[in-house]
Amino acid sequence: MTVLDRPAGVSAPGPAAPRRVAGLLLRWWRRLTAMRTAIVLLFLLALAAVPGSLLPQRSLSQNKVSQYFAEHPSLAPVLDRFYLFDVFSSPWFAAVYLLLFISLIGCVLPRALEHVRALRAAPPPAPRHLLRLPDSGNLTTPLQAGKALDVVEEELRVRRFRVVRTDGELSAEKGYLKETGNLLFHLSLVALLLGLAGGKLWGYEGSILVTEGQGFCNSFQQYDTYRNGPLVDSADLTPLCVDLDQFTAEYEENLTAASFTADIRYGAPGEDGRPVTIGINEPLRLDGDRIYLTGHGYSPTFSVTKPDGTAITDVSVPFLPQDNSTFGSQGALKLPDLGGGRDDQLALEGFFAPTGLVQNNILTSVDPRPLAPQVAVVIYQGYLGLDSGIPQSVYSLDASQIDRGRLNRVAAANLEIGESTTLPDGTTVALTGYREFAALQLSHDPGQVWVLVSAISLLTGLLGMLLLRRERVFARVAADPGGGGTVLTLASLTRGSGESAPRFAALTDHLDDALAARAPAPQPEDRPRDR
Amino acid sequence: MTADSLASLSDSLFSITVALYSLAVVAFCAQLAFGRRPVRSPELVGAGAAGATTEVPPVETPPADDARGRRWGLVAMGLTVLGVLAHTGVLVFRGLATDRLPWGNMYEFATATVLVAVVAYAVLAVRAPGLRHLGLFVLAPVVLALVLIGLFLYADAGPLVAALRSYWLAIHVTTAIIGFGIFFVSGIASILFLVRSRYEARVADGEAPGSGIVAKLPAAAALDRVAHRTAVFGFPIWTFAVIAGAIWAEAAWGRFWGWDPKETWAFIAWVVYAAYLHARTTAGWRGRPAAWVNVVGLAVMIFNLLFVNMVSTGLHSYAGV
Ligand code: HEM
Repeated sequence: MTVLDRPAGVSAPGPAAPRRVAGLLLRWWRRLTAMRTAIVLLFLLALAAVPGSLLPQRSLSQNKVSQYFAEHPSLAPVLDRFYLFDVFSSPWFAAVYLLLFISLIGCVLPRALEHVRALRAAPPPAPRHLLRLPDSGNLTTPLQAGKALDVVEEELRVRRFRVVRTDGELSAEKGYLKETGNLLFHLSLVALLLGLAGGKLWGYEGSILVTEGQGFCNSFQQYDTYRNGPLVDSADLTPLCVDLDQFTAEYEENLTAASFTADIRYGAPGEDGRPVTIGINEPLRLDGDRIYLTGHGYSPTFSVTKPDGTAITDVSVPFLPQDNSTFGSQGALKLPDLGGGRDDQLALEGFFAPTGLVQNNILTSVDPRPLAPQVAVVIYQGYLGLDSGIPQSVYSLDASQIDRGRLNRVAAANLEIGESTTLPDGTTVALTGYREFAALQLSHDPGQVWVLVSAISLLTGLLGMLLLRRERVFARVAADPGGGGTVLTLASLTRGSGESAPRFAALTDHLDDALAARAPAPQPEDRPRDR
Repeated sequence: MTADSLASLSDSLFSITVALYSLAVVAFCAQLAFGRRPVRSPELVGAGAAGATTEVPPVETPPADDARGRRWGLVAMGLTVLGVLAHTGVLVFRGLATDRLPWGNMYEFATATVLVAVVAYAVLAVRAPGLRHLGLFVLAPVVLALVLIGLFLYADAGPLVAALRSYWLAIHVTTAIIGFGIFFVSGIASILFLVRSRYEARVADGEAPGSGIVAKLPAAAALDRVAHRTAVFGFPIWTFAVIAGAIWAEAAWGRFWGWDPKETWAFIAWVVYAAYLHARTTAGWRGRPAAWVNVVGLAVMIFNLLFVNMVSTGLHSYAGV
């Protein structure tokens, strides 16, 4: 039909390169923003998250990753090259969700503009052949054409339709909120991602074990472990110090943990802190910072007395719980400065049982409550290697110094509170008691309120999109060829619901009743009631 | 009654529930065996071809069973309802025995999820009698699931650990259970859709209509619609459950989202169901591919319950097996 403007045979000059590139880009853009692409990307996103739950992740547990490396020495480095231990911060995971969000924005923005236009525009005129629509039908009424349409218009307006009338026909629409909900949902997804990203960039968190009577201040040097976003400047940390006064654990009869609470004081450095009690599920929320109680355990206290009388008394050190039902805990105490010089340092490694039971000289714990605290310790003397430049865990000794013979086992003992053991050189080591420690965490996430608001608006949009119906109703009147009345042709179009037929039937029934109510009664209806 | 006798009453009701549902399965089988095969079931295909009249046929009428089949159908529904009552009792008495919401461990959570699935089916069956024929396919997996739950997940009634003592347990876990139970029914409808639509395609190719169970299933279009409607109902609930979980995690674990295995799989399930809802409205994905997405969604939900609680260790693990 359309004949080429150009005479055949004369080859058109190829489009200029920029145009071609633009065309290509446009094609790619269209493909990226197609709904089909979105589905594939959604699937890819789900798939990409899978290894993050099957392999240990650094963000969750550095220990488990190290263990995996130890168990799979040849495989692990390969997996690591593909970021499989950091799935959720990997470039390929980011690539999938960024593509998805670009696709989403590319689809939703034009729809949003179109929707704004549709909100202002009148409902479209009625199609020519109303009876071809799946939900349609005729009603007859003795009313005049204009009157009949008046009735229809009134009924539709009561049902909150927007109605336009033209000569002899009417179109009405409602349910614009469905599309609004759809847009709100999809835009909320974008907002949520932005909030998440902001929180990651400007947020930080630090964890520390604090024994009763001790405290910490909010600075990265003090934390046992911390994670900070790339845009966090350590000068920006809230000046805040926290002291732990008391930790309390309560148990049910069957030893299920019932509650953990920590009485803390908090305030700016140098201030007398304000007291507050935090617990599991009940953090302290300050402006922008939150302080959590994430765990607890025991810090046995020891006294060490040298034969010459010099003593270190009541040093306490947190022992890490190995078993959450009995709180049997392991830890180490390192005393590099007993005064004897570099090769006369002292350390002990041990197991703490809040309720100890010794069988065959082996100490186990049988109860998480401190009913009969005991420690089993192995004591070493020699060089600890603390200044060797290699970082070591505070919860265990450096095994390589023991292997090399620089740190020598000199005694082992099971001690109850008040008991002591004497080393070959006359030094005594005594268990003097225990304190409880709390694992505290300070978190700062400036994005989280934003994420919460986005999540709520996402859910609102979702409900609107799924529950509301977009409905158009058309009506046209014509004179009834069979009589003096009017034939009213009705039709409706519904989007977003499979149940349109019964609804249309209900609407037509209502209109029929409304028309009948206005119609001049063909026969007087006032028959006597009491008969 | 003492806590112990309440707890053992709950355990007895668990066995009674399994027995009642098993009898219901037998009755549903009898209904399918004796019920006359509907000649065709156009009444189940989407209504709407109403032509020029305003008369609209009822959307769903039951296939024409003969009297014997109908009687068996009623017996099956009756047994199902009795089963639901006993099943509710399992949870109520557990709750009374422990003085807390009865979904504090995996046994209770799974039992409650299965109850929601049966209730969702019963509601569908009451509203659209044509869907009663799904009963066998809902209740047979339900019985299997309950037996496995009783064998492998059973936990004695006991108090909650401190971490679970929060009103968010009521909000987050309850909505997760409801969402899961509804997705369960949705997934089964999609599986049946896949089976039935293949059968319908074969019949359309001229093969003689069979007389087996597939021939007695509701029409593929009706199954697809049930699957979609239930998923549409379940999706916002699941979305809410995930959001509530994040809010709880913020209070309990110090961050609202940390890609803990349970969180990761909840996210995967959410994305898969979002993909299903999209697939239903996207050319090239409608019909069988979309139904497969829904089936994958159900598989992810079940994996999240079983694998993540029992095999991997994460912060959710204290829910106890
Ligand atoms: C490129 C990205 C996306 C595009 C182009 C897109 C487009 C759309 C469109 C057009 C609809 C309306 C469907 C209809 O009723 O006809 C819709 C619905 C929906 N979208 Fe998206 N979307 C995208 C991404 C997402 C994402 C990432 C999610 C969530 C993970 C999502 C979740 C939903 C849900 C749950 C619905 C409701 C489906 C229904 O009405 O049954 N969408 N989307």
